[in-house]
Formats: sequence, structure tokens, C-alpha cells
Amino acid sequence: MDKLKLIIKREFLAKVKNKSFIVMTILSPLLMVGLLLLIVFLNQQNSEEVRTVAFVDESNLLAPIFTDTNSIKYLDLSALGIDEARKQTEENYYGILYIPKNDSLKNLSKGIQFYSEGSPSLSLLSGIENKLENKIRNLKIEQLNFDLDKIKATETSVSIATENFAGEKSSKIGSVLRMIAGGGFGYLIFMFIIIYGTSVMRSVIEEKTSRIIEVIISSVKPFQLMLGKILGNAFAGILQFIIWAISAGLLLTVITYVFGIETTSSGTAMGQINPEMIEQMQASSASELQVALQEIKNLPILTMFFSFIIYFIGGYLIYSSIYAAIGAAVDSETDTQQFMMPVMLPLIIAIYVGFSVIENPHGPIALAFSLFPLTSPIVMLMRIPFGVPWWQIITSMLLLIGTFILIVWFAAKIYRVGILMYGKKPTYKELYKWLKY
Amino acid sequence: MKHILTVENVSKNYGNFTALNNVSIAVPKGSVFGLLGPNGAGKTSLIRIINQITLQDKGSIYLDGELLQPEHVHQIGYLPEERGLYKSMKVGEQALYLAQLKGLSKSDAKKKLKYWFEKFDIGDWWDKKIQELSKGMAQKVQFIVTVMHTPKLLIFDEPFSGFDPINANLIKDEILKLRDEGASIIFSTHRMESVEELCDYIALIDKSKKILDGKLNDIKEEFKTNQFEVGLSCIDKNFLLNEINSKFTTANSDKISFNEDLRLIVDLKSTESSKDLIKFLNNKAQITHFTEIIPSANDIFLKAVANNG
Repeated sequence: MDKLKLIIKREFLAKVKNKSFIVMTILSPLLMVGLLLLIVFLNQQNSEEVRTVAFVDESNLLAPIFTDTNSIKYLDLSALGIDEARKQTEENYYGILYIPKNDSLKNLSKGIQFYSEGSPSLSLLSGIENKLENKIRNLKIEQLNFDLDKIKATETSVSIATENFAGEKSSKIGSVLRMIAGGGFGYLIFMFIIIYGTSVMRSVIEEKTSRIIEVIISSVKPFQLMLGKILGNAFAGILQFIIWAISAGLLLTVITYVFGIETTSSGTAMGQINPEMIEQMQASSASELQVALQEIKNLPILTMFFSFIIYFIGGYLIYSSIYAAIGAAVDSETDTQQFMMPVMLPLIIAIYVGFSVIENPHGPIALAFSLFPLTSPIVMLMRIPFGVPWWQIITSMLLLIGTFILIVWFAAKIYRVGILMYGKKPTYKELYKWLKY
Repeated sequence: MKHILTVENVSKNYGNFTALNNVSIAVPKGSVFGLLGPNGAGKTSLIRIINQITLQDKGSIYLDGELLQPEHVHQIGYLPEERGLYKSMKVGEQALYLAQLKGLSKSDAKKKLKYWFEKFDIGDWWDKKIQELSKGMAQKVQFIVTVMHTPKLLIFDEPFSGFDPINANLIKDEILKLRDEGASIIFSTHRMESVEELCDYIALIDKSKKILDGKLNDIKEEFKTNQFEVGLSCIDKNFLLNEINSKFTTANSDKISFNEDLRLIVDLKSTESSKDLIKFLNNKAQITHFTEIIPSANDIFLKAVANNG
């Protein structure tokens, strides 16, 4: 036991003292923050830019709708005629909207053109389209002698409230939250397995190529060494994630504090295109926020937390012992490709299935992959926020633990033989033979 | 207990390949025991079994009278043929770690390491990384981590590879000193000249079987062929040669010194003694040289392996 502790300590320190680890740990939060700042900055730049859009309205009906906003300034060039106006616009303005003369309202919507240097911004275009549609519709209503106010009174907005059979309210926001929670946890495990599994493998290969392995295993059991390596790397990884989480939290607080006002203003800038929608949103946002908070409360947080820990440990141990066995079987990292494919495959499938599972969390595919132990750590975690029956969670965990014991046993056997084998790259047949040594 | 290590009827198979076939050896306490054999004979397999790196299929092993147990790794020091150290770890840290794995406490390990580092005059390497050292320097560190926990049994597999002659001598002296201080040493090599210099006992393994073992001197005695090398001064070389050939079987020696006329290797029959030969020669010519040909470890090795073939 003391020896295991020694090995874990050495592996942990070897990993943590490594320059690339230090650089990664410090640099990636900074990079993330930098990226965030850049996005906020660009967003602001974008919204501060005022575009001048000229228009030529030959119908003489639509001009009044073009009122300036924060980002778009409208310029009526109808008096110049379209040809002259186009020429002027080409030199001075962002683009020009051309509404041709039309006799009937019915055809007014046809033939409207927008000319600009490159392709125009989609949001700008759809904003203008919205304005036009509204106006033309209103004109048509007037023409038909309908009472506009009465028609407005018939407008209804339907938002279906959903509730599961257990009586818990849910909403679309809830679904999104579940997707984020499940997807985030699943993706975290996926990343952790790949980064730290590979690191275990490298560490095994290093011991082989530096030829220290035989010295070490004349003092400790190969299994102890393998386990110590796996745990030492895991602790280094957990440390890194904790540092990231803390620094991300700190930096985000600082950013929201410093740039708080700007971020909200950019939020309104986004909505400029459709002022009515903002009103709607503002009206509903209070209640939506409450629903969201309620939804967060409704998430099976405790189940999520404990199952995250179990699937994290189980998944990591399974994969990292496979990685350790691969490292033991080969002489150098270039030889690992052949064995890496079968390891990466279930992981990648798990991520793909996981993200489709979010659409249909209780379908047969979701069930199958959340029970299969090589994909369950990722897929089941993505499902759990949507509510999974207990028997499924327990079956999946039992399968995971069983597989874990089996795989660690196999991996330890291959590891034990492999670390003393030098020379040629083994085939799968030879690996099978090693199991019997 | 006379023997530090007793290996009884140990066999080991890897699939269909037999690495060791019913091998038994006994290593006397306080001796240097040479474990010899051609490449692939099974030496390393046996050493790995003694170190409990692999398990034997059959047979038993006793260390100092006790059946071999996991705790015994603390009493064994092993310098493998395939050896190395963590390249990016500092010398001192690394030695401490390996010493602790051998069961030493941290403070004990520090004390012992200090002693050895001073002895080899490498105290200022403590904070260097292995990759900054030369191969020979790293080998010195490797030797220290093998012996620092003062094990009862030391196993050296080709210890001199990678050393220049000066350092090889240093290590050889250290090995003998360790023996004099009470350690028993198993020494595996195929460099026969070092066997002559170091080993008290040897065992020869070939094709997974032990084909020979015992005290080196006894084995030499056993392998003696009753051959003598003689140097003679005389007047008529051809006449003398005929005379000798009429009574003994001779062969030309490949050596001849400038002040003698004839140098021969004479084979004696088991019924004849060296006395008879001396008497005969003394009457015919002046004897300038007379030695019994003792087989070298190399000769014994080649002969035993050839016989086993």
C-alpha cells in the first residue's frame, strides 16, 4: 500500500511538474477568456457600426416604414430615380432597396430588389423583409375594409405548457438546460478519458523506452505500477480541471463586472431587427427566468452528481487501463495507431449517439448505448437529466463495474507481459497468447 | 544455512516455448556465483523468476531458507541487463524513489545515498537530470540504486556493459567488496574473462537446462585434459621430436620463445603422470618451460555447450 502511494505520488509529480502541463493549465483559461473578450469586442464593433441603406420607393406606399434605428440609417433617394440612386449608393452607401411601381397591392411584394456590393447581411435583410411584410399586410387589410384593431385583437400566441406524468412542470428552456447539463458532463468525461488515457499510455511507453521498467518491477508488482500510474495521472487531471474551473469562475466574474453594461447593450443590439420581439421577450423573460430556475431545481441534481462520479471513475479506469496495456504492448508511440482505433471508436460513437440521444432520450438506441459499458459513461450521463428509470441506471452501473473488473484484469495481464517485451510490434494473436502466460 | 538461494526443479514455459526445464541451483552464502550460458539459454528467465517479476510454472525457490515471498524483494538487489532510469527526473529524487520502493525509509535512504554519492565522488549530480549525464555516469547511478539497500542477494546481469575499463574496474572492486562484507552475488554474463576474475562458483545453462555447476576450481579440475606445455632447448630438434613422438602424442604449440628450440603440447594418457614426462624429457634435453594446461572458463563454456548440442 505504501508503495502504491509512492508510485501515485511520483506519477502525479512527474505529470504536474511537466512543462506542457503547466503551460496548458495556465494558458487555456487565459485563451478561453481571450476568446470570450474577442467575441464580445467584435460584437460591440459590429453593433456600433451604422449602415446607411438607401431606398427608392416607386410605389409611394412604403417609405414611412423606414425609420432609423441604432444600426441602420435609411435614406430616401426616390426622387433621383433608380439608376442615378444606384450609382450614388455604389459610391457612398451600404446598399439600396428598390421597390418598383406596382398597380395592385397584390403584386406589390413582387419585384422588390436589394442591391449591394457583396451579399448583404442576412439579419439586415430579414429585418427589412419583416417590415415590408407587416406594412403590406396592413395595407391589404385596409384595402379589404377590415378593422385593423379588431384583427390585432385576434392575434394569439400559443406556448404549450408541458408536464410529465409525475407532475413536474417542464418547458423548452428546461430541455435546453438538460441538454447542456447532460452534454457537458458527457463531453467532460470524453475529454478527460482521451487526454489522461493518452497520458497514461505515454508514461508506460516512456518507462519501456528508458528501460527503467525492469528495475521498478523488481521492487513492485506490475499491477501496482499500472494502478499507481492510472491514479497518479487521474489526480493530476482532476487538479487541472479544478484549477480551470476556479480560474474560469474568477475570470468570468471579473469580466461580467468590468464589461457588464456592454454585454447587456450588445444584447439589445441583437434584437434591433425586430423591436416587437424584444417587447415580447422582455414581457415574458421574467416568467421564463422563473421557469428556468424552477427547471434547474427540478433537475435530478443529486442523481446527476453521484452518477457522474461513478461513471467518471468507471469510464476512466476502463479506458486508461486499456491505454496502459497498449503502451505496454508497443515500443514507441508511432506503433500505437493500430491499437488506438478500436479504443477511440466506442468513445466517438458514444459522443455522436449522445448528442442524438438528447433529441430522443428514451428511445431504443439511447437505452442500448447507455447500458453498453464502453459507451454508458458518456451516453447515460447525457440521458440522466431527462429522467431515467432506476433499474436502467443500476443495470448500467453493474455492467460498468463488471466490465471494469474484467478489462483491468485483461489489461494487467497484457501489461505484465508487454512491459518486458522489446522488438517487434505484437499482433492481436500474440496479445491473446500473452493472456495465458 | 549454507546457501543464500536455493532453486529447486524450476520450470517455465511461454506457450510452447520452454524457457527453463527443471533447473536447480544453489548459491552459497558470501560467494560470487556466475550464471553462464549462451544467449537465449534461459538465464534472464531464471533471474526474473528469482526477482518475482514472473512466476515459475513448477518448482520452488528459497531465499535464506525461506520460501520466496513478496517481501523478499527488499533483500534482493537487481541490476537488469535492460536497464535505465527516468530521463527527466533528477538523480537524487530518482534514487530516493527507488530506494523507498525497496523498503527504505526516506531518512535512511538519504543517509545511504549520501554515503554512496560521496564514495563515487558524484555528490554534485544530485540535482542533475539523467538526460544531462553521460551513459557511464548514469551507469554509476544505476549501480548505486541497485546496492544501496544493502541486500543479502545481489543479482548483476552483464554489469560491465556500458562502462569504460576504469569504471568497470571500479565496479568490479565494489562487487568484491560487497561480497567481503557478506552479500552473496549472482553474476550473469557471457564475458568469460570477468568470470575468471570474479566467480567462486558457476552454473552453466544451455537450451533451458542446467548442464554444469559447482565450484569454478573443481570444474576446471574436472575439465583438465592431462595436457602439458613444454619448452625444450637441444641440439638436434628433429631427432628429439621423433624421440618424443615415439612415446607420447604431441601437438605444436602456437607459442615459441626466442631462446628455445621446441615448444610442444603433450597429451598424457590417464595412466601416465607428469613425473614420467619430466623424467623422460630431462634425459633428452634441457627443459625451459613446463606447465599443465588448465582449461579457461571460456574453454569450459565452449566445450560444455558443444557437448550439449
